[in-house]
Amino acid sequence: MELRKDYFADVRKDGLNEIGQPRPRLDSPGHVTGKTAYFADRNFPGMLHLKMVRSPHHHARIRSIDTSEAEKHPGVVRVLTARDVPHNVYTILILIQIGPEDETVLADGKVRWKGEAVVAVLAETERAALEAAAKVRVDYEVLPAVFDMEEALKPGAPVVNEYHGQNYYLYDSGECRKVRFGDVEAGFAQADHILEQTYQSSPIEHAPTETTGCVVAPEGNDRFTCYTNTQAMFFTLDNASIILQMPGSKLHFVGGTVGGGFGGKVDVIVEPIAILAAKLTGRPVSFIYSREEEMQISSPRAAEKVVIKDGVMKDGRIVARKVIGYTDAGAYSRHSPYGAQKGAAHYPGPYTIPNVWIDTYCVYTNRTPSSAMRGFGVTIGDFALEVQMDKLARLIGMDPFEFRFINAYRDGDMKAHRQPTEGAALIECMQETSRAANWPVAEKYMAMSSYRKGA
Amino acid sequence: MAKVPVQFTLNGSEKAEFIESGTTLLHALRDKIGDTSPKGGCHQGTCGACSVIIDGELRLSCLMLAETCSGADIQTAAGLAEGGMLHPLQRAFLDAFATQCGFCTPGMIIAAKVLLDHTPNPSREDVVEALSGNICRCTGYEPIIQAVLAAARANSQNAA
Repeated sequence: MELRKDYFADVRKDGLNEIGQPRPRLDSPGHVTGKTAYFADRNFPGMLHLKMVRSPHHHARIRSIDTSEAEKHPGVVRVLTARDVPHNVYTILILIQIGPEDETVLADGKVRWKGEAVVAVLAETERAALEAAAKVRVDYEVLPAVFDMEEALKPGAPVVNEYHGQNYYLYDSGECRKVRFGDVEAGFAQADHILEQTYQSSPIEHAPTETTGCVVAPEGNDRFTCYTNTQAMFFTLDNASIILQMPGSKLHFVGGTVGGGFGGKVDVIVEPIAILAAKLTGRPVSFIYSREEEMQISSPRAAEKVVIKDGVMKDGRIVARKVIGYTDAGAYSRHSPYGAQKGAAHYPGPYTIPNVWIDTYCVYTNRTPSSAMRGFGVTIGDFALEVQMDKLARLIGMDPFEFRFINAYRDGDMKAHRQPTEGAALIECMQETSRAANWPVAEKYMAMSSYRKGA
Repeated sequence: MAKVPVQFTLNGSEKAEFIESGTTLLHALRDKIGDTSPKGGCHQGTCGACSVIIDGELRLSCLMLAETCSGADIQTAAGLAEGGMLHPLQRAFLDAFATQCGFCTPGMIIAAKVLLDHTPNPSREDVVEALSGNICRCTGYEPIIQAVLAAARANSQNAA
């Protein structure tokens, strides 16, 4: 591989001796010999199996829970409900002071999505746990549910999550994240053409080959070792500490080996309840999602809706962009308020546009809570933006690649959120792409540079 | 629950266990015998992570009842390296950067071994067909295909 060392030669050291060199991956000898230890490869004598009783309704009040038949089932050791969880209402981002706490470890009084955990059953075998879980009787009063983001934002829509009080996340900037730059209406008035398009996506499941789970072993000294495939070790440790009201020094997390995650294993869902189960029974506990749970219960990438309105000049300059983005958080926040916020920062794209107006909403609905997945908050946005760019280029009869050169941000340009552009290199990337893809552009674009002296 | 005896050869060693009737071979290997190289990804025969070789044939251990394997000769990825030397397929997977998270890797290597045992000089199509029952979610299929073809080439050079 040839490294282009002329870019940023003045701002980086040239003593690089790793980049561009092939190095064997540290973990691959274990992978090819089958010796890599994933969490489920730990097996402890006397290990209990945890299975969840889950809500069959999208939105319902819980009138009563009867676990007596389940407790009598052969092999059952303990049944856990919301009452057993020390700090039952939590939210992952509370660690960075992002609240309110809005999600229950085990449902308390209400369920807000189909599949929500209600009761945990612990038994000697997986089969006994499944059979006993089927014997838990929950009496539900079904409530009206809302599944569409725009319906959820209308006055009078069922309130999904009382901890928020309304069906959107309240940012400190108000009901949505906002970006305001220049005068977008003046930009549209000046534009030769205006194009408004709506883009929508469905939730996407990560479907890792290894399902989500953990194995917890109580140590003799009142500490607990949790073998987990989390992708967010310290989020998980600290949230478990809050939920269990136990100092972090009592919790020993062993992770690092993840059988596929793609962002799907950053939520704190299985570990706290499994540690609690180990604490209350004094026995090792295994909580592993079945494939069906992985597909139905684990947080998907959020469904999004993006409305983009662009004003463009005949010469190719985009002079105004207005975007309204909606992120479907499902019933609980998890990482979605952050995802929607990232969208607000991202919708101007890697382009310099003088007039920008952006609103992004994080909306609650009675759907499976969504969360992180590979670039969440910007991936669907990029899809929408780049399709929009192609449409704009076609509208003014310009080559779509050359159209991007005209609008590409360059060092020193002010971005819509008032951060000057540094180290853009977008022009150079596109020039390389032009050669590699054999998609020639006019010579004046090949003469351009992201780098501006004095910028 | 009634326990039944099973006895088979695993990677050349005799194994004998009493297991609950209805236990899958995957569970017996992982939880009873301690060979965790077959992985449980779907437990319904669609992902291939639990692939093993039984009497020379490719099998999904999550769909095999352990009690039907008495007398069988079973091979797993954990038994491929001999005398501290990696099997050519293992070496090829290392060299071709054909592992990412590694969870599908033992199953992939087992499926590839059955192919090369039956078809020492496979075409690319043969490799694709042989691996079609194994899911890699890190989207690493191309390096895996290249690794299997490289192992086949190395084998044929050794034979010649």
